[in-house]
Amino acid sequence: MIEVRIHGRGGQGNVVAAYLLATAAFTEGWYAQAFPAFGAERRGAPVIAFARLNNKIIRRRCQIVSPDFLIIQDEALLHIPGIINGLKPGGRILLNSVRSSEAFADTLDARVVTLPATQMAKEYLGRPVPNTALLSAFLNLTGLLPQAALEHALEQRFQDKVLEKNLALIEAAAKKVEHNQWQEVANA
Amino acid sequence: MNTEKNSAISIEQLRRNQPRFEGIKSGHRACLGCGQALAARLVTEAAGPDVVVANATGCLEIFTTPWPESAWHIPWMHSVFENAGAIASGMEAALKAQGKSTKVLAFGGDGGTFDIGFQAISGMLERGHNVLYVCFDNEAYMNTGIQRSSSTPHAAMTTTSPPGSERMGKRHLKKDILTIVAAHHIPYAATTSIAYPSDIRKKVRRAMDIEGPTFIHIHCPCPLGWGHDGANSIKVARLAVQTGLFPVIELERTELIGSMPIRHPKPVVEYLKMQQRFRHLFTTKDARAREELEHIQALADHNIKHFNLQGDTMDALDSDGADTVRRGGMRWA
Amino acid sequence: MLKALEGSQAIAQAVASCRPQVVAAYPITPQTHIVENIAKLVANGKMHCEMVSVESEFSAASVVLGAACAGSRTYTASASQGILLMAEVLYNIAGMRIPMVMTCANRAVSAPISIWNDQQDSMAVRDAGWIQLYCADNQDAVDTTIQAYRIAERTELPVMVCVDGFTLTHTLEPIDIPEQAMVDQFLPAFNFKRALNPAQPTSMGTLVSPDFFPEARYSHHQALLHAADEIVAADADWAKISGRASGGLLSIDGPDDAKIGILTLGSVYGTLVEAREEYPDLPATKIINLRAFRPFPVAALCEACQGLTDLIVLERALSPGYGGIVAPEVQASLTSVHAATRVHSFAVGLGGRDIPLEIYRKLHRRIQLEEPAPFTIIDVELERLPVEDYGVE
Repeated sequence: MIEVRIHGRGGQGNVVAAYLLATAAFTEGWYAQAFPAFGAERRGAPVIAFARLNNKIIRRRCQIVSPDFLIIQDEALLHIPGIINGLKPGGRILLNSVRSSEAFADTLDARVVTLPATQMAKEYLGRPVPNTALLSAFLNLTGLLPQAALEHALEQRFQDKVLEKNLALIEAAAKKVEHNQWQEVANA
Repeated sequence: MNTEKNSAISIEQLRRNQPRFEGIKSGHRACLGCGQALAARLVTEAAGPDVVVANATGCLEIFTTPWPESAWHIPWMHSVFENAGAIASGMEAALKAQGKSTKVLAFGGDGGTFDIGFQAISGMLERGHNVLYVCFDNEAYMNTGIQRSSSTPHAAMTTTSPPGSERMGKRHLKKDILTIVAAHHIPYAATTSIAYPSDIRKKVRRAMDIEGPTFIHIHCPCPLGWGHDGANSIKVARLAVQTGLFPVIELERTELIGSMPIRHPKPVVEYLKMQQRFRHLFTTKDARAREELEHIQALADHNIKHFNLQGDTMDALDSDGADTVRRGGMRWA
Repeated sequence: MLKALEGSQAIAQAVASCRPQVVAAYPITPQTHIVENIAKLVANGKMHCEMVSVESEFSAASVVLGAACAGSRTYTASASQGILLMAEVLYNIAGMRIPMVMTCANRAVSAPISIWNDQQDSMAVRDAGWIQLYCADNQDAVDTTIQAYRIAERTELPVMVCVDGFTLTHTLEPIDIPEQAMVDQFLPAFNFKRALNPAQPTSMGTLVSPDFFPEARYSHHQALLHAADEIVAADADWAKISGRASGGLLSIDGPDDAKIGILTLGSVYGTLVEAREEYPDLPATKIINLRAFRPFPVAALCEACQGLTDLIVLERALSPGYGGIVAPEVQASLTSVHAATRVHSFAVGLGGRDIPLEIYRKLHRRIQLEEPAPFTIIDVELERLPVEDYGVE
């Protein structure tokens, strides 16, 4: 079972990211589960969402305390104590930042890959919503699911212009990271 | 003997000659001279059989439906005290969904309308349900034993607004429910009184014809709670109108479109002195009593002026003429 | 067809497939997504009903009551404070024997205010006279919602479908939404014989004197007891159509000869079943999911508990000043047949506290004592309390 914990802020599409990931996995024949750990639903407040992917039914409802992967949608969230707690040994972090992965090497070591997702979202969507770019990069890094799965998931949620722009965004985002760089972790 | 009997027309015979629909039958358990029972009969007569009623908790519900009996000859339902507006909303939504044209009526007392049920009524009005809401206003919680409500008039004695060395009955004013209701921009809101049966019928028929929320507020004396002889209920009700204390008016979307003119405004003391609930205002040597009487007269004068109630001519439909039942005469009456 | 859906979305679609004519609701977290999804279905012409967006939960319950009395199939949903605001009407609906279905998106009750999941809200209206069915997962919520209409309409009793807030309502997972034809085959059109009708006027909600009141209560109580058969039948009949059963009154997972049992209501069931796999060295354990809490399935429970030395009841709510709410009923039910079974009562997941897999190991450890521990709230961290409250537990 693969467990992903997504950290973000209200308004960044955190829960949607978890839902999209689970939906994409489902379209590829996985069993999947996604759910939020809500605070009050305010813009800007730190929020967490979870996604589980498995080859059989998932019945547990507990929160994910030892994720295989962390997706962090705002680098400022790194200041929150314990945000990377529980990450499995060998687990990986995808971080939304304009800085390079190396810039975080001393604190997060080699586990981290960065993507300027907000910048890209602004460029492609005209809105600073980094979730789909990060998901696309995540899928490419892990090789867990083909990009088409994410496209299908997006098609179920968005339409017309918003969909088109997102499809362009995820294509660009995937190219920014190395294909299958995290494959070993994903297959572990 | 036989000839004599045949020439006299009994009330029963008269009724058979002029059949009218009765939504609520005699044999219920209301007190002698109950204004609400009379009002409910007049309303249901005018509304006709194709209705469904949502009734708030109160005297009307209690005295008409001691299981396994019921005085109602129309489909009728009581849920709880404060939800008649919402029950009626649901009935109306259901009938609409079923494509039926049956009109929904909601009945509540002043407690169920002015106080505890107010929110549900406000919601019903705001959502524009096709419901005629009728408030039978006897100006206190009579069902529980005469406690003050926000409809109780100023200075009236109830068990929770007793007069004493520090108090002269209810300290606050009667809530102006009609204006508040009309402020929901509803097509029709009117007051009426059991002293004027044809006025009640006329207004009910008018409201029945309107698609949308309508509100009729009926002044209903309660012999027990007001402390008057049950035989005088109509007289007391008529005086409330003739003094100007209970203006009989009609509003369309907050606009005053009609009022019953008062032919000869009577001093409020004529109305007040008939009722035990105001007896503390007639104790001599109490300056406070005189002050309160002046205060109440001022309220009546204000109503007459504000609603332009002073009649300038003899009018068949003014406060002295409108209490005559005209059948087949005046339009609507 | 199996789809990846948020629980609330699936529940909304299940409700739509039951074709209610009147839906009334007032927003409250975590119920909102259900009603929003219904509104969306109505707005897109995929659901045909009168949707009444009321000004309070009190009116939501009243609107569906009025609508049901006027002969329509109805639906409402709420949670927490909303359920308590409805409480008076909930008793009224049940006492009048009105068939209807509502979803309770289970949430803690204030104070302290919490938007998160436990089951204090539905437990608070336990005695209102509604059938209460608790859902283990979102598929169960879908199937139970559909079954609830048939149960309600056959028994003339209202059914509260209890779905853990957030834990289920906000969880996306693969869920099968039955085809409309299947639901139509299972659920005949609503025909409420006592509906108000100007052609045959009747009075409902009349004043009942002491001469008749106990009889009215007796008949209501009997109706709830008899409803157990309808709950089982609805599940069996729906299983024939959908291929899925929800366990009837309760379901049991685990070996027949297990000496230890854990009884739960709602979504913690799945967590426990998976937790058992994580701790294979612990004694064999039966996990019992109590689906029907009202009517309380005494006979089925006694059968399920055969051979148990210890039964752990996981409470998702409590009665302060006494303790668990479910365990005393379980204990009383078992007394005549399994007096030796030790019944333990633990509250878990209050106000949304996470229920991790380790709970399973903790529970096993707790029951090693000779005497059952008195009711305990698991995982209370005393150092989080002010000093003056220390040692109260």
